[in-house]
Amino acid sequence: MSVCSTSVPDNSPAPPVFTEAMKHTHTILMPAMLPLHWRLLRAAFMQCGYRAELLRNTGQAVVETGLRYVHNDICYPALLVVGQVIHALEHGGFDTDHVAVIISQTAGGCRASNYIYLLRRALRTAGFGHVPVISLNVQGMEENPGFRIDLHMLRNALAAMVYGDAMMFAANKQRPRELTPGSTDALAESWLQRLEQLYAEGKAHKRRTMRRLLPQIMQDFAALPVDPGRPTVKVGIVGEVYIKYSALGNDNLEAFLAEQNCECMVPGILHFLFYCVDTYVVDFRLYGGRLKSLLSNSFAMWVLGRQEKLLRAAIASAGFPLPASYAELRASVAGIVGLGNNMGEGWLLTAEMLELANHGYPNIICVQPFGCLPNHIVGRGMINRVRKVAPHANILALDYDASSSSVNRENRIKLMLATARQA
Amino acid sequence: MNAEITDNSAGRAANAPLRVGLDVGSTTVKVAVPGEGGEMLHTRYRRHRSLVRETVADMLDELCAEFPEAEEVLLAVSGSAGIGIAEACDLPFVQEVYAEKIATETLNPGTDAVIELGGEDAKMLFPGPHFDARMNDSCAGGTGAFIDRMAGLLNAQPEELDALAARSTTTYTIASRCGVFAKSDIQPLLNQGAAREDLAAAVFSSVADQAIASLARGRTISGKVLYLGGPLTFQSCLRKCFDDKLHVQGICPPNSLYYVAIGCALYANRAVRPADLAARVRRVPARGNACPYPLFRNDGEYEAFRARHAAHAVPLGTPGQAREAFIGIDSGSTTIKIALIDAEGHLLDSFYESNRGNPIPAVRDYLLRLYTRYPQCRLRAGAATGYGEELIRHAFRIPFGVVETVAHFTGARHFLPNVDFILDIGGQDIKCMRIRNGAIDNIFLNEACSSGCGSFLQTFAEQLGYTVEEFAQLGLQAEAPVELGSRCTVFMNSSVKQAQRDGACVADISAGLSRSIIKNALYKVIRPTGPDDLGKHIVVQGGTFLNDCVLRAFEQEMRLQVIRPNIAGIMGAFGAALYAREQFRQQPNTPPPAGEEELQAFRHSTRSAVCGRCTNRCRLTVNSFGNGNNYISGNRCERPVTHAAPADELNLCRRKLRMLAELPRRGDDAPLGPIGIPMGLNIYELLPFWQCLLTALGFRVVTGPADDRGVFRLGQNSIPDDTVCFPAKMMHGQVRWLASRGLRHIFYPCMTYNVREEGADNCYNCPVVAYYPEVLAANVPELASLCCHFTYLGLEDRGLLTDRLTAMFGPHFPQIRRRDVKAAVAAAYAAQNAYAQAVRDAGADILQQARRLGKHIVVLAGRPYHIDPRINHGIDRLITGLGAAVVTEDAVAHLAAGAADLQVLNQWSYHARLYAAARYVCRHADTEFVQLVSFGCGCDAITADECRRLLENAGRLYTQIKIDDIDNPGAAKIRLRSLFAAAGIREPLH
Repeated sequence: MSVCSTSVPDNSPAPPVFTEAMKHTHTILMPAMLPLHWRLLRAAFMQCGYRAELLRNTGQAVVETGLRYVHNDICYPALLVVGQVIHALEHGGFDTDHVAVIISQTAGGCRASNYIYLLRRALRTAGFGHVPVISLNVQGMEENPGFRIDLHMLRNALAAMVYGDAMMFAANKQRPRELTPGSTDALAESWLQRLEQLYAEGKAHKRRTMRRLLPQIMQDFAALPVDPGRPTVKVGIVGEVYIKYSALGNDNLEAFLAEQNCECMVPGILHFLFYCVDTYVVDFRLYGGRLKSLLSNSFAMWVLGRQEKLLRAAIASAGFPLPASYAELRASVAGIVGLGNNMGEGWLLTAEMLELANHGYPNIICVQPFGCLPNHIVGRGMINRVRKVAPHANILALDYDASSSSVNRENRIKLMLATARQA
Repeated sequence: MNAEITDNSAGRAANAPLRVGLDVGSTTVKVAVPGEGGEMLHTRYRRHRSLVRETVADMLDELCAEFPEAEEVLLAVSGSAGIGIAEACDLPFVQEVYAEKIATETLNPGTDAVIELGGEDAKMLFPGPHFDARMNDSCAGGTGAFIDRMAGLLNAQPEELDALAARSTTTYTIASRCGVFAKSDIQPLLNQGAAREDLAAAVFSSVADQAIASLARGRTISGKVLYLGGPLTFQSCLRKCFDDKLHVQGICPPNSLYYVAIGCALYANRAVRPADLAARVRRVPARGNACPYPLFRNDGEYEAFRARHAAHAVPLGTPGQAREAFIGIDSGSTTIKIALIDAEGHLLDSFYESNRGNPIPAVRDYLLRLYTRYPQCRLRAGAATGYGEELIRHAFRIPFGVVETVAHFTGARHFLPNVDFILDIGGQDIKCMRIRNGAIDNIFLNEACSSGCGSFLQTFAEQLGYTVEEFAQLGLQAEAPVELGSRCTVFMNSSVKQAQRDGACVADISAGLSRSIIKNALYKVIRPTGPDDLGKHIVVQGGTFLNDCVLRAFEQEMRLQVIRPNIAGIMGAFGAALYAREQFRQQPNTPPPAGEEELQAFRHSTRSAVCGRCTNRCRLTVNSFGNGNNYISGNRCERPVTHAAPADELNLCRRKLRMLAELPRRGDDAPLGPIGIPMGLNIYELLPFWQCLLTALGFRVVTGPADDRGVFRLGQNSIPDDTVCFPAKMMHGQVRWLASRGLRHIFYPCMTYNVREEGADNCYNCPVVAYYPEVLAANVPELASLCCHFTYLGLEDRGLLTDRLTAMFGPHFPQIRRRDVKAAVAAAYAAQNAYAQAVRDAGADILQQARRLGKHIVVLAGRPYHIDPRINHGIDRLITGLGAAVVTEDAVAHLAAGAADLQVLNQWSYHARLYAAARYVCRHADTEFVQLVSFGCGCDAITADECRRLLENAGRLYTQIKIDDIDNPGAAKIRLRSLFAAAGIREPLH
């Protein structure tokens, strides 16, 4: 049989593993997602002794590269991640013999759990089969002897997410009203640098440090000179994790909304982590399973709860209105969607829509890759229900795709904003 | 519709500044100047043919000429193509739906709902206290452009469509989901000879269905309804369709074309000088995603290119001297192509024309002409190919038929004996064939939803007001072709719209579209890893490649040189002629095609009928020809032709359906009364479990109907997400049907996990299968008043399942005790195991029988619900009709379980079976693998690639058939016949 287009050469060797030795010789490339969080996550990895680099390449070239290497029906985030990695390897000036790629791998019924395989296959096709791909997961789905996810790493990484959420929350509140354009982002940058320094010193993740710094961060943001009377349209953004958080994925949605005088609220990632762990607890109740897994996940819930408490205390200390806690979110969907609905963003997405609608962000954009399976259910599928409970909610479901045009999306956003301004 | 519409009246209140609304849509520009009392002082409507800035400026000039005294006016802009102009000229922009709302509230207070169809958008708005507005999603084309396109297919002007539809006598159901799909529904109907009048009515009906389904999303439309926009203004039959379907009496108010423009004018709050503005609009610079390199850098390059390709010409014969001839007729989707060759294979004559919706007259005229002009030449034999193969064969007694892929290969091989790759881009299809050792080794065909083909280029050319040739000529000179991506036509529309907004010129759009056609073929259909992957001797053919832009784009993209025969457009017909010659040599006694006398007396009439031989109630088109031949089409099985029930003995899909239907159930005396189970998704597998369990508890189980076309329409308007897969959409109709039966209880559990498969990493369901009950509960209003037992259940832990079922039924049926449930659960497990075993036994039986009879076996791999005839459109019977036996994936999976060879995470139960079935086919040479994939199934993007990889590594063919709402057995047939031809399986002779 001839070498077929889509396929990989016969008997492809086992994918390369990130070995112990590579820890010192290889740079780990991190595909972009949340700009603030990922800067700190990189710092966390470096604190644990790895070399890491954030990928920043973007634009049409990334999309085109992705289109070449993945099935056109696969979800857009996979296409973008693959495109970004391969484009970076081709044009980023990296020594491809000394790089590895890290990609998060969720477990669960969403096809996102297969991204890593798609990435490996694409790398092989593109001639980068020797580049190891590390799976970032806490379920022990893959063995990577050189990359250990131990308690130290987890604490560092978790702290990065908490700091990131804090800054993202405060920046989103202040940026639309800042008196000096750019001052919010400048403050975020200065804090990022300070935190990177603390990571290098091995202090950033300590509870003591967090208890001290989180309120300082929030208060610094709160102290920015703002014009509280500036009229804005308050827009909440929910949806598929990658598209929601990545400017590459959502075509700079937040920047576009800022141009339209909107104040955006993007729910933080801590609740998503909470939800991921909670999945195991819920599934145990519904379907049974191993008690050990229940116990370890219950412990993880407790740890996350302590972090959330720190974050909420900091938000309150700066006088910002408190968003709902995870427990409140969980309770809010009773009678609307089951907690067992936990593939992809699951019930959390519906809960976030409700929370935003009921706490000052009645205008909601639900972003998703075209054909996203979980969002058929919890996004578009639940909008009718959400509107039944919160009739004032003005929800727009927006699809992203390699070739859907931005003019179409912008036109629909403008319709939503026109409706919002009238209300 | 092309005509300019002018409405002008002189009077207006003195001194008040004029209010001007400018609505720049995807295809037209509208200007409205409302007077104080709501009357219109000035309205203009014009197609902009992509020359957005020029058209707007011209219309502003006209405005100035009309109102010379108005130095300043209040002006605002709206429309999708208006965003760019508003930004560049710093004008206030009003979103068009919002503008419509303003106009409606002013001109028609008290309106309850507005339905507007535009060029490429469909909108529905509900004015009133809870203002709500919806626009169509990007994947939905039932709009003005769609109607234009369908009119083109029917060979009618858009404005004629209304008159046609008014004369319809019967209606066909065509897919309303999107333009591409509807087109692939209409095309076969046309080729089968359905009347244009009836199809015109079907187009309108599908547009109405689409708009209601995708926009109403469950909301009831009643009261005062307004119809706005071009299509609804011009097409009274379309309005009637909406009236009938919504049970309302909607009105199309005066100025219905201008509501957006009027709303804009009412909103306008900034004074501008129209004379200056026209000049400013003309100066708006072009910007956008221009590609840095043109198709040709200079004339010299183009000349060299032309000279190189001019060399590839087919040898010609002299028709006046030929003694015998063979004819090949390729009745394609939109064109009819004929090639006439002599005994040496030299081309005597050729013919290429649009089939104008009916290929029959063109072929008849051609044959008559042939007989008159060359009386010395004997027409020995002929072969027909293409969508209209059967129709042509029956009408003109053409002795041979050949599947298109083989016809194209035969043609290309004659041209270049060592050809190893053929790329054919026709009007509707992309076919790629890899050739090895003189035989077809691999076939790639485009899916309905990536059909960036010739008709697509034609549509855009015509939309912009050019012929295809002019359009191509312009493209050759493009300096900076626009980057348009590579999706399906509907997506392309919006990309082109964006390019227009950015001010790209027609030449750049033409060149950009040519590139996107090539990208579509390369990256969606073939997906090569590099230029070497295609082969060394590449022949490109199909009418689309006659466009030099497309040819050049292909060579540029792959950085290689290819051969384009000068008869690229008729290669299928040429190949068919060669095929006829070959066959005739082997069977010299074959009677010739219809002769002159027969053609003189030839008469073609069609009538429609409904087949009453089974519950399918297929709508048949019966073609009668003067020669006593009849041809029936539209049937899904051979019953209306042979009057015999199809043999389903070797068809596991049907046997499974029968097994499910025969599961024991209680009668009317069931102590706990009736309970409904919707028939779809995972229920197709777990029905034995749930039915046994509920029956044991004392319920009478009522299942929704399988294979009922009406059921889908029943639930259509409660589907919240148009892009979800069709099997899921069916569930809406299923539960509605159950509700309509007066059932109080409906049972349909959410299930994250499925039954565990051997060798799999986990046993997930896909998110849609797992949680669709939640979507139903949230969106089907009838369910609110019923007891929906949609709890989360799992089959792994029997004790927990027993507990949860007990708790679920407890509040409604206190008489159900835990120990009853426990016993019922135990019985259910036994029933499920027995069913799984019965499926395997039936599979083994079919395998054994087929092998004994020497029949080929097709493993029809899909998901359990793919046995629903409404979902698989009878593809199983199509396969048995072609002479093979059909088994499903679950009947062979256990014979080849494993995971070692997989390169994906094998954590879904259904997927594990697909991989195992592929593995089974790899090990058994007398089996073939055909995968059924539902359109929009995200999971199958993964399984398709993996199954293909498994099969190709073993040197086997992979065939995929994508299915949706659309009922297009033609497309499936081509794939299956190509597979059988490539696998060397003889089809039974008809």
